[in-house]
Amino acid sequence: MSDTKTSTAAPGAARKLADLDMTALAPFLALAALFVLGTLVNPNFLSVDNLLNVLTRSSFIAIIAVGATFVISAGGLDLSVGSMAALVAGIMLLFLNSGAVDGNMAMLCAGVVVAIGVGALAGLLNGAIITIGRIEPFIVTLGTMAIFRSVTVWLADGGSIAMKSPEMRSLFRPVYTGSFLGLPIPVWIIIVVGLLAAFILYKTSFGRHVIAVGSNEDVARYSGIHVNRVRALTYVLQGVCVAIAVIVYIPRLGAATTTTGLLWELQAITAVVIGGTALRGGVGRVWGTICGAFMLEVVGNIMVLSNIVSEYLIGAVQGTIIIIAMLVQRTLQKKKQS
Amino acid sequence: MTTIDTKHQSAGQPVLEARGIAKAFGPVEVLTDIDLTILPGEVHAIIGENGAGKSTLMKLLSGHLKPTRGTVAMDGNAVEFHNPVDAEHRGIVLVHQEILLAPDLTVAQNIFMGRELRRGLMVNDREMNRQAAEAVRSLGAEIDPTVPVSRLSIARRQLVQIARALQVPHRIVIFDEPTASLTPIETEALLNVIRALRAKGVAVLYISHRLPEVAAIADRITVLRDGKLVTTRAASELQPVDMARLMVGRDMSKLYPEREDSAGHEAMLEVRNFSVPGYAKDASFVLRKGEILGFAGLIGAGRTELFEGIVGLRTHHGEVLLEGKPVRFKTVRDSMAAGLVYLSEDRKGKGLLLQQDLRTNLTLATLDRFTRGPLIERKRENAGLDQAITDFDIRARRRDLLAGQLSGGNQQKLLLAKMMLLEPNIVIIDEPTRGIDIGTKEQIYKFISELAKSGKSVVVISSEMQELIGVCHRILVMRSQRIVGEVTGDAMTEDEIVVYATGVKVNEAELYSAENA
Repeated sequence: MSDTKTSTAAPGAARKLADLDMTALAPFLALAALFVLGTLVNPNFLSVDNLLNVLTRSSFIAIIAVGATFVISAGGLDLSVGSMAALVAGIMLLFLNSGAVDGNMAMLCAGVVVAIGVGALAGLLNGAIITIGRIEPFIVTLGTMAIFRSVTVWLADGGSIAMKSPEMRSLFRPVYTGSFLGLPIPVWIIIVVGLLAAFILYKTSFGRHVIAVGSNEDVARYSGIHVNRVRALTYVLQGVCVAIAVIVYIPRLGAATTTTGLLWELQAITAVVIGGTALRGGVGRVWGTICGAFMLEVVGNIMVLSNIVSEYLIGAVQGTIIIIAMLVQRTLQKKKQS
Repeated sequence: MTTIDTKHQSAGQPVLEARGIAKAFGPVEVLTDIDLTILPGEVHAIIGENGAGKSTLMKLLSGHLKPTRGTVAMDGNAVEFHNPVDAEHRGIVLVHQEILLAPDLTVAQNIFMGRELRRGLMVNDREMNRQAAEAVRSLGAEIDPTVPVSRLSIARRQLVQIARALQVPHRIVIFDEPTASLTPIETEALLNVIRALRAKGVAVLYISHRLPEVAAIADRITVLRDGKLVTTRAASELQPVDMARLMVGRDMSKLYPEREDSAGHEAMLEVRNFSVPGYAKDASFVLRKGEILGFAGLIGAGRTELFEGIVGLRTHHGEVLLEGKPVRFKTVRDSMAAGLVYLSEDRKGKGLLLQQDLRTNLTLATLDRFTRGPLIERKRENAGLDQAITDFDIRARRRDLLAGQLSGGNQQKLLLAKMMLLEPNIVIIDEPTRGIDIGTKEQIYKFISELAKSGKSVVVISSEMQELIGVCHRILVMRSQRIVGEVTGDAMTEDEIVVYATGVKVNEAELYSAENA
């Protein structure tokens, strides 16, 4: 087998522009459009303070959705993240209230470790049942969603679990309210989580395997990839992301209630999908996901700032957005293939 | 280029005509200016290599696709089919090559799917069962109409599918490779069905690449090559050899490289009493160093599954020895590490990630060789792709194409490149040239032969007997889960293989397996 005719020359700038992946760009263009809309509705919208505030509020969903990006690009689905967040929050608070470790700071650090451990274990449980039991992720996480929620309600005795020590509360609060170099801490956490996730997904063999498994599980298996291990690990990563989101969330309210994290799974999946990740797997877009989570919060913000649509309809608007996003994706995909 | 035969004796108005039809997918024209006439009461065979455009032509004539240019005419009037139902209403039915039945429904439910017989509001199962049994009987078979299709053999499913197609009032019946999974007896029964259709004045379009069969049944033969019509002639004017020459467009003998006697004596791979539950039983064979060993058999004989079991992709029992040492492959990773690779027949489903680019596909099985620490080194990957493109002559317009955008031949080369990165000593290639153009076929045969010359051992699993005969040193034949025969040297003929594959030479076959037990 000889003579090759493939050119290695760099493509011209014009072609490069035409080649730009519209599916990757679409969420950012949509965000820009929302910015224009927001400014038209209320000039205060575009202020740095308002935007940082909105970004801060989007942080829980953004962080959870980054985890969901792994699960979904590997062809899975996790409906249990909202309940899992409540469970992790409940256990973390019970631990913080137990006084098991001397010193508030040490206690807090131990609490963080506990939260991440619980999140990882809950994710591992999902992943293990799905891969070993060979059950649809939809069903498994529907089951664990009920289990996690119910255990939280039981732990909270039907009410809420609040942080007892006021000193600890004030020590923890800056994680949500504080800022560093002019950026709120939650925003920093989004950035760090995003960078780590992008590194893992795009630069490591694990990330490549995630995409391969999501593209076609059979091809991955025939290529010698440990498909089950990869899939299970995406759920563990999801659990860790849920735990990080909880760590940002607790100082905001200082308590876990029976409704903590309610419907977060829907918001997380919405963020992932409008961010350009394919629900059938094989494509993962970390920054698109974060953009998607931000967009969801921006929509709410614009609705609050304007009086055109009642803010009670936020859910309806978000629901409409996910459907439109899917239609756009479908259209772009068709164009790409022709 | 196109020579149309005008001296067909069976005069009369053509029932179906293609007038200069062409079909392009994107910029690629797969069918160019085809003129074809189909007469009532004739069996018209369409032959050609894989990728010659046979199936596309049939889809154009049956409303599954719309032509880019040209028209289709029935009884002399131009017609336009918007979908297959349109064509069915006019009496054109297509019997698909693949089995398109609902496995959990019964034979009768499948035959009447979408046009159920009713009595009042309810479906009339009794009547449907009766008519279904009759329809199947008219094809020369007895099948219980109340049995779910999933319990039938492939051949019987095919009959059900044919019975289903013939439920529609038909003037033209198109058979797309109907005998690919049938035994000679079943094939003969099907040919009788076709003869009966012809006697009733139905026009039959018969697509096949089994040339002896074509010679037995066809009245006229149209040869396609590379999307163009080569010739249409009376069947009596063409011998199977002529058909082969017209299909390929050149001398067949040059397709295969000179056979080198590269097979040594040392056993590289020895398999003893190996079973894959449900697919293969008690297989025993030896693969020598530098040998090219063929595996022949009908579809469903268990060849693919046997080797998927050997490399650890399926549950199995039995012994595997590698260079004399017993080994146990629990997963496919184990066999890869031991220098054994398997290239799936299902390139698109199990070989390549069609939605991902060439680089991702190339390095997928060997990613740890392209990393430093946890980091994938894209530069090394790109260098690897450059090398693969040169070594395997992969022709891609651009480097950032998706694997799914490559032609079948280039996909196969990419898959070869991917698996050869594992530096195997034993290469198992399942259907190496399925859906591949003739030029690439030649390259792949040459590659296989060179592998063997360099001391590697190769197993070729193929349904193309000519291909096995052309490249292999020795051929084992499987039938219903067992290895039933071996052909070597001058005995490597299609006839000899078919005899084993279909079970006609039962006695000898059983002797053989007794010997090897």
